[in-house]
Amino acid sequence: MELLQRKEIWNITYTHALGETASWFFVQLRDNKKLYGRRDAKSGRVLVPPRAFSDQTLEPTTEWVEVGPGGQIETFTIVYEAFQNLPPPPYAFGFVMLDGADTAIGGFFRGLDLSDPEKAAEKLSVGTRVMTTFAEERIGDISDFWFELD
Amino acid sequence: MKAPRVGIIGIGQSVFTRRRDDASYPDLVREAVVLAMTQCGLDFDAIDGTVYSLSPDAMVGIGNAERLGVDAVGGRYKPFLRINTGGATGISSVAAAYYHVASGACDVVLTAGADKVGECGDSQTVLNKIWDPIYERPLPQGTITMLAMSGVRYQQKYGMTQEDMARVVVKNRYHASLNSNAHLRKEVTVEDVMASRHISWPIKLMDCCPQSSGGGAMVLASEAFIKANKLDAVWITGVGHCSETYYLGDRMGKGQLADHADAYALSKSIRRSYQMAGITNPQKEIDVAELYAPFSNTEFHSIEAAGLAEIGTAVPQLNEGRYTIGGDIPVNPSGGTLCTNAIAVTAMIRVAEVALQVWGKAGAHQVKGAQRGVASGNGGDHQFFGTMIVES
Repeated sequence: MELLQRKEIWNITYTHALGETASWFFVQLRDNKKLYGRRDAKSGRVLVPPRAFSDQTLEPTTEWVEVGPGGQIETFTIVYEAFQNLPPPPYAFGFVMLDGADTAIGGFFRGLDLSDPEKAAEKLSVGTRVMTTFAEERIGDISDFWFELD
Repeated sequence: MKAPRVGIIGIGQSVFTRRRDDASYPDLVREAVVLAMTQCGLDFDAIDGTVYSLSPDAMVGIGNAERLGVDAVGGRYKPFLRINTGGATGISSVAAAYYHVASGACDVVLTAGADKVGECGDSQTVLNKIWDPIYERPLPQGTITMLAMSGVRYQQKYGMTQEDMARVVVKNRYHASLNSNAHLRKEVTVEDVMASRHISWPIKLMDCCPQSSGGGAMVLASEAFIKANKLDAVWITGVGHCSETYYLGDRMGKGQLADHADAYALSKSIRRSYQMAGITNPQKEIDVAELYAPFSNTEFHSIEAAGLAEIGTAVPQLNEGRYTIGGDIPVNPSGGTLCTNAIAVTAMIRVAEVALQVWGKAGAHQVKGAQRGVASGNGGDHQFFGTMIVES
């Protein structure tokens, strides 16, 4: 028998509040090209990206600590497939432990030839030093910075 | 206190495929429910409560689709509960059904659900939305990238190669070729996998699970009910759950508690199940395992978390055939999540497949003499884990 289909596209708008902690972080990033973490007083760990409370000690974080701009790659991937509403491939991103931080923050890796997966992956291997690059025009968003090989 | 025994008396699963244009969403749930009810031979009146297995709504494209599915499980005028722990949803649903029976609240509970991932053209776009909109969604994090990043750390720590990953695919596709319910049943070679295109380095197309459509259902009952009605059953003897914290970047760097290379919270969940079942030496006491691994690299850390290999040693043992049907401890004899992934019921199928194995009803992919097995499910940001031991 003839089987029918019905196509539907969801297009929904949200305006998300960042809250006090992420707002302060992104204002520093936007206005001063500086990156900060939040220290958990109980464990002494500096959490980057900054959070209002520690998921381990469950205490509020108490202090802003400047971190970076240098750091080391903790993990990465290189995406070669196109996905709807995601950036056009190829692109590389991963997690970097910034100097002075105890946890890693996600960001893009730029300034790298990604045409040969194996060669690009070798350059991004875990432990590689990177430097933060700040966008010329910053809007207070994770896209205001990325990492390049040191 | 020793937990009362809870038995599995009915199992239903679809023949999984990309699309099912002959069946609406509730039709697909109903299909699995009818199979499970037929196996146990009970009427819907015998069901005291229902647990509905449904992961992110956007995958089926119906908000709170349990509203539509309630009739397919015969839910009218009965207790009804929807469960969602992402990829772990199916095993969390079986666990919720288990607790309903073990607590004495119900004698017989039906758990069921379905997914139509193949109808969603943008599943990675949907899954990108499970990340926080501030720090990680814009990266853009997704489930493939998240687990590719685990693979990168596993490679670095233990020396896994892309060929090793490919051998997981070869094994599971061979297993799936024996399982008439599996979605990807065509056998492949290491060369085929290596030649498939990169999706998210080091994961290639054939290292990825498919987008599957199909339903799953299970009927659980108390030991007293099973004995009084002289029903055939296999037994859930261990149940565990464990969650991980949210931030992926905390599972690396200095002083991390868990390394994203491994599956630390999964290992804790499995240990809880083993402890409940009285298992002290899984490599000797476990005959078969169905471990949730949607990408080839993640099967290695799952095998290790299940204690079926020491940490960092699963690769050579898999390469030697220890986890293939006919080997010492077959892992994912159904072909696993790598060959079939109807997300809402995938982790339920892990339990169902272990149950079929210890029941001796697994057909062409039967592990000879299997009496005790372990099943697992992983959900969220590699974050919610459920595990179960099933015995004959």
